[in-house]
Amino acid sequence: MAESAPATHDDHHEPSGLIKYIWSTDHKIIGMQYLFTGMFMALVGGFFAYAFRMQLAFPGVDIPGWGTMTPPDYNALVTNHGTIMIFWVAMPVLIAAFGNFLIPLMIGCDDMVFPRLNRLSYQVFLLSTIILLASFFVPGGAFGGAWTAYPPLSAQSTYNLTPWGAPLWLLAVALEFAAFLMGGINFITTTMNSRAPGMKMHDIPLVVWMIVLASIIFMLSVGPLFAGAIMLFFDQVLGTGFFDPNRGGDPVLWQHMFWFFGHPEVYVVLLPAMGIVAEIITVFARKKFFAYTPVLYTTFAAGVASFTVWAHHQFIAGIDPRMAHIFTVTTLLISVPIAVIVFCSIATLYGGSIRFKTPMLWALSFIFEFLLGGVTGIYLGAAGADVYFHDSYFVLAHFHYTFFPIAIIGTFAAITYWFPKMFGRHMNETLGKIHFVGTIIPFNLIFIPLFILGLAGQHRRIYSFSLFPDLAKPEFQDLRVFATVSLLVMLAFQFVFLFNFFSSMIKGRKAEKNPYDANTLEWTTESPPPHGNWSELPSVYRGPYEYSVPGRADDFWPQNEPS
Amino acid sequence: MSEEHTHHPNYVKIWAILVFLLVISVTGPMIGIKWVTLFTAFGIAIVKAYLVVVNFMHIGATRRFVPYLVATCLLFMLLFFAGVAPDVMKATGKNWSKPAWVEAQAQAGAEGGHGH
Amino acid sequence: MRPVANTRSATGIPTARLAVWWLIASEIVIFGGLLASYIMHRLAHDAWSQQAAYTNTWIGAFNTLVLLSSSLSAVLGHKAADEGNGQKAAKMLYFTMLGGVTFLVVKAFEWTSEIQHGFTITSNTFWSFYYSAAGLHAMHVLAGVIVMGIVAATAKKNEELHRVELIGLYWHFVDVVWIFLFPLLYIAK
Repeated sequence: MAESAPATHDDHHEPSGLIKYIWSTDHKIIGMQYLFTGMFMALVGGFFAYAFRMQLAFPGVDIPGWGTMTPPDYNALVTNHGTIMIFWVAMPVLIAAFGNFLIPLMIGCDDMVFPRLNRLSYQVFLLSTIILLASFFVPGGAFGGAWTAYPPLSAQSTYNLTPWGAPLWLLAVALEFAAFLMGGINFITTTMNSRAPGMKMHDIPLVVWMIVLASIIFMLSVGPLFAGAIMLFFDQVLGTGFFDPNRGGDPVLWQHMFWFFGHPEVYVVLLPAMGIVAEIITVFARKKFFAYTPVLYTTFAAGVASFTVWAHHQFIAGIDPRMAHIFTVTTLLISVPIAVIVFCSIATLYGGSIRFKTPMLWALSFIFEFLLGGVTGIYLGAAGADVYFHDSYFVLAHFHYTFFPIAIIGTFAAITYWFPKMFGRHMNETLGKIHFVGTIIPFNLIFIPLFILGLAGQHRRIYSFSLFPDLAKPEFQDLRVFATVSLLVMLAFQFVFLFNFFSSMIKGRKAEKNPYDANTLEWTTESPPPHGNWSELPSVYRGPYEYSVPGRADDFWPQNEPS
Repeated sequence: MSEEHTHHPNYVKIWAILVFLLVISVTGPMIGIKWVTLFTAFGIAIVKAYLVVVNFMHIGATRRFVPYLVATCLLFMLLFFAGVAPDVMKATGKNWSKPAWVEAQAQAGAEGGHGH
Repeated sequence: MRPVANTRSATGIPTARLAVWWLIASEIVIFGGLLASYIMHRLAHDAWSQQAAYTNTWIGAFNTLVLLSSSLSAVLGHKAADEGNGQKAAKMLYFTMLGGVTFLVVKAFEWTSEIQHGFTITSNTFWSFYYSAAGLHAMHVLAGVIVMGIVAATAKKNEELHRVELIGLYWHFVDVVWIFLFPLLYIAK
């Protein structure tokens, strides 16, 4: 555990000018690169949602900023909205951006263990982003076969009519996986080996644990899909028949490969968001996190259990009915560990002195909204109910109630909380609270009507309901218009955030080292941290959540303070 | 960087064992008994892989963490196989069938019926 | 260039070696997914054995011998590096690279002959798996040869000798994958 090298940075020069921002190996700069790319893609994905929601509410209308929407347009937008929001927003922001920024700062070292591999990871990710966006400008347009890309629709261009769009989509996704594998190896080895002297397993902040566990889950689940992507690519480009039942293949194999990754993927993005929430709740409740160790091992259990539930996405794909029974049981079981983590977060609040700062509001709303998402998932996990709900707007509303808290609420919580550390300035509290209210209320107003529509039998993948008399009734159409208007309101409030974000970056109130009186190591260095993070790397003497310890004058006790 | 020093066994001897096992796995099918073939092919593949992993990759010399990691990966692949095989290894199921496979079975059945 | 982070070792496993093991873990599930899919198809389709009968066991066996021998030279290189003999380690890595190139050349001739006989990647799902699995493996061999050239060039100057072990780890993994591909694609008929 002894420090074998001098903790100086004479041989670790900071490059200057523009090079610093595009060719840097500094983990903080790479985190920013991921953050800004993710935010840009969030705007793209949000614009897509705006365009296709307008089509659903006002079929055939000339949509401002898009024009008249054709059915292929609609399919391409829905497909890429899903792809972008999960692979180009949730993962790069929650795992890559905050992982890169936080891990070295929170475990007390100067950088990732492989800085150049880290830079390569972002560059591959950027390449994948460019390929995905380029797929909108090739002959035939972008891929429109849903973000799950089931064959035969995704495999044969005679069906999907996107001979270029489909392979480019697949290539972009595969490159993105490669980028996150590189990033993941970096996160895992850094946390395993490069912790500050004295930091034992149970002294690691939960958010670091969660990002690392998410990276491990990602790495172990993505393999079969990576192989499947190669097979699907050959089906598309060379004309093999891996997923073609007319030629000895099996389309359900792709579904299994996809969901063997796809379900653990939910936990890959959920865990970092839960870790962020755990950090914020302890700081703003001024209380030790309730049951740190049990939560940690419960998370391990949830990670393992997440590998055993994947086929609940395929109950109506004709899978073996006996397997459907098993997967129903495992799916219902996995709600137990997740509930434990949520309850422990709530229990942390009990008896604390709660401060309702903007990050805290986001963290509390995460717990509330995610609970709704989790509870509606129980119906879908039971095979009997899922046969009815499958491919309806109920499913859509359910997973937006899980993914919106994860990818959007979790991200806003993290940005508003760590903004002082990232940019050395405070965000505006008033604007932050306006943005919070203007996001949370419309979010519920978008998706509650969609739950109702889903229960009424509205199918997910319909371009215009005018062709379906049972669904084109005015009372349903009113709900669709209501949801779309709510979306417009929510999108409009995001400009408040963007204004707040960029104006605070330039002229916000200067932030001190530790504005929240927090314990974890990132608050012991300057805001923003210099290249190399600390002039002298810290040592650790206690766990991360020693708040309001009896007998101490301060209600916090930084990890690096000798007792 | 590494304070520990790996123990280096007699690598040429291990290589000779591996080549000997390779010879067995090639000659095994010549006997023509199916279970002998399966045993010489896959049983020996496992033995060979074990020898390489233990002696060349020194998995035992690392902290116990690494063997656990590799075992976890293999276990998850077993899980993948167990969850997927019941669907993929069937020609027909609930409201579906695989045309190419059903046809091949019918052909094989017809040929069998004609006493080929 | 190397950050302090890279010099720490809280687990007791050198960071670089730990990272290579994680890399191997991620590769196990990639090859595992592909081979699991192949095995379940193969077990279910008896007719594939007629196709598999056209693969050439002798070429497969020769390539197995080549890879096993290249693994031997890789591990002898590791031993030389541990003894601080960078020259010898580099020489051993060159032997390993020679093995990798031999493997790829033999594979090229084998595939040419098979394609000329009409067994292409699209002719049957068995052949699709055959070319995909062996092709993915061959890409790993190619990547290994290239990286090994870089490692050998630095090892020759007695620098970064721990890398000899790391590239060896990767190479042995590629060897182990072939140890399983050989019976799966060539012997089981």
